[in-house]
Amino acid sequence: MFAGPYATKLLADMGAEIIRVECAARSGRGGMLPRMKPGGIFGSSFPDGDTGERSYNRFAYYNEVNRNKYAITLDLTKPLGVAVLKRLVKISDVVVENFTPRVMGNFGLDYPILKGVNPQIIMISMSGYGQDGPYRDYVTYGEGIEAMVGLSKLTGYPHRGPLKPGVAYADATSGLHAAFAILAALRYRRLTGKGNYIDLSMREAVTPLVGEFIMDYVTNGRVAMPMGNRHPSMAPHGCYRSRGEDSWLVIAISSDEEWRSFCHVMGDPPWTEDERFADTLSRWQNQEELDQLIEDWTSQYDHYELMNRLQQAGVKAGAVLDVAELMEDPHLRERGFFERLSHPEAGTHLYPGLSWRMAVTPGRLRLPAPCFGEHNQYVFGELLGMSEEELLRMAEEGVTASEPLLWEEDFSSLGEVPEMEA
Amino acid sequence: MPDQALSGLLVLDLSEDISGPYCAKLLADYGAEVIKIEVPGWGDSSRRRGPFPGDQPHQERSGLFLFLNTNKKGITLNIKSGSGVEIFKRLVEGADIVVENFRPGVMAGLGLDYEALVEVKPSLIMTSISYFGQRGPYRDYQGSDIVAQAMGGWMQLTGDPALEPLKLPGSQAEFQAGLNAAVATLCAVYLRDQSGEGQQIDVSLQEAVASILESAVAMYSYSRFVRRRMGSRHHLQCPSRAMPCKDGWIHVQAGANWDHFATFLETPELMQPRLASILRYRYADEVEGLIQPWLESREAGEIFSSAQEWRIPFAMVLGIDELMEDRQYKARGFFQEMGHPVAGRFTYPGAPFRMSETPWQGRRAPLLGEHNEEIYCEGLGFSKGDLARLRENGVI
Repeated sequence: MFAGPYATKLLADMGAEIIRVECAARSGRGGMLPRMKPGGIFGSSFPDGDTGERSYNRFAYYNEVNRNKYAITLDLTKPLGVAVLKRLVKISDVVVENFTPRVMGNFGLDYPILKGVNPQIIMISMSGYGQDGPYRDYVTYGEGIEAMVGLSKLTGYPHRGPLKPGVAYADATSGLHAAFAILAALRYRRLTGKGNYIDLSMREAVTPLVGEFIMDYVTNGRVAMPMGNRHPSMAPHGCYRSRGEDSWLVIAISSDEEWRSFCHVMGDPPWTEDERFADTLSRWQNQEELDQLIEDWTSQYDHYELMNRLQQAGVKAGAVLDVAELMEDPHLRERGFFERLSHPEAGTHLYPGLSWRMAVTPGRLRLPAPCFGEHNQYVFGELLGMSEEELLRMAEEGVTASEPLLWEEDFSSLGEVPEMEA
Repeated sequence: MPDQALSGLLVLDLSEDISGPYCAKLLADYGAEVIKIEVPGWGDSSRRRGPFPGDQPHQERSGLFLFLNTNKKGITLNIKSGSGVEIFKRLVEGADIVVENFRPGVMAGLGLDYEALVEVKPSLIMTSISYFGQRGPYRDYQGSDIVAQAMGGWMQLTGDPALEPLKLPGSQAEFQAGLNAAVATLCAVYLRDQSGEGQQIDVSLQEAVASILESAVAMYSYSRFVRRRMGSRHHLQCPSRAMPCKDGWIHVQAGANWDHFATFLETPELMQPRLASILRYRYADEVEGLIQPWLESREAGEIFSSAQEWRIPFAMVLGIDELMEDRQYKARGFFQEMGHPVAGRFTYPGAPFRMSETPWQGRRAPLLGEHNEEIYCEGLGFSKGDLARLRENGVI
């Protein structure tokens, strides 16, 4: 899951100082692996397919979303770990956690306690189902949330089974709402001096995004079904094969004027005069035949070439980009969307840059994702003023750790760790 | 003392359809005063999009509009007229934020670009949302939700590998842009409160989509691996997918402990080292084949409850009709009823998150031009006669 890490990524990119609190059992890094070149998708999560000496510092999943952050280790199952965390809470503005609801309480770190430590603290708890109600203690990942809000059932082709968004959609969406909540709470605190406790149920944060389907149900009793790439009113509206292996183009036409421009780009073949395609309604009703005829044409051309030709004629069209094409896309390159970061153990690579552009405070990728425990000295020594002896004691008692536990289980099992903005 | 987190912020919402309105809705739902500015007699395009009760189009009854414009005030103003531009500038004098999602260049064409508006209000924050952003070679390209999903990289990652790439349902790229815009706007408010300086924000749907490809970018950077769509499977976790059961579908997910999962499913074959390994995704067919018979003899509700008793993260694959009946939403009072003088009483999605000190509140969306008198007469000091003249001239 990266709902929490995505929320703090957004704030980190804008300049907030984020301290990730990790421990040997829960680092969000997938734990320690023996050195290997596992190949396949899993192998490709590591630079050059090699897990390296310290796999946990080279894991793509972690390194992409944790840039611009610091990381410390702290075992919150130990009293000293809890005591040190409270010292950090004292100097922090925000605590972000996405455990199931009982965990922070079990640590002795729930909101009433943290508020006692720092009355102005803003705490956000990001759980699957919220801090109360019958599902309070239910466990879930983002994919489960997508299923529970109706997104999985709607993601699909007509008359086939449910699929899922190919990206961690519930996590990202919850992370965005969480970042918004934190910023709103910071403003309220600036005006009133008061903190806030934010209860974010991932499921409730994702539900508004199926709002149009909910409104159709409440107004008409209509239960939305998957409609593939089609649109309730536009036609043609779909994804069409273009020249090359697994290469595709999307086209969306919303008016007769666009339809005429589209036909013109195709060279006005006789079939476009057919009365089955004369207006939006008839095009919509005859999409099956229409899509086949369009694809006979699109499949002869490169998707970029067609997109540019159609766009120049005022037709909404786009190449379906795979990640390699995306990173070469001339528009994103000119906008400087992807940014390069040098990581001491993962090397120099491109990552997705800022999600938006701000004229005065653009933000940037200034720090690579932290190595495990990389900022213990800075955070405990400089920020908290702890002595060498105290640091040594923490290490001896296993409150801090030098490496994560072995990665014996599915990497996703490691769940999340609290993060803090100092 | 402000009673909501964003009380005291004044937002002019010039946007339409989904992206900008969702951004402004979030601001409004948490306390900002949002004035939605619509074209006289015509309004936001989502007023024509529906869904409409009984499928009867009516500009005050579009479910999409009603949902996306809660807590806003509504006025009409033709900013494409000379007096409209002047009136808009007077509104800007008192505003903190302008949200717009015109095609790039439209605001400049009206003499209402950031440079012009900052003359009127030096600390203004202006949030512009567009398909491809305010600069770059595709700046003037036409967009739509599916185009942004394709060009941002979601579609090649979604869908069945044997079929065409698939978009996410509804208008998810639009919503993502709105969410990004809302977060960016509050970042700008944070800066302005410290330095007094406003700024312009450029949100692109393509980039909003490309920002959340779940490590696909890093995986390509690290090893030149081009991830592609995998149906309902996850690229690393196995199993993590919807699977058929006795009465429909269930989302199957292993969770923390593989042995525990295998025990729950009464399928000891899953414990062989090859399948217990994190590399088991290579044998996904085999893993799923072993699980399938157990699922097929049980109903989804039963599997879900018992999995949760074992603390295994299964989930129900729900349809939209099942959401409103769900006991968790009910217990938390998530869905909110709101009345509307023309559309009637409906249930709406409620707060996406809850703040202990500053509760969310739901007030219905405005009628077209409903607050003209309040904003123009009480706010800007126009007389009722002025209002009538402006109306006659098509300015409001």
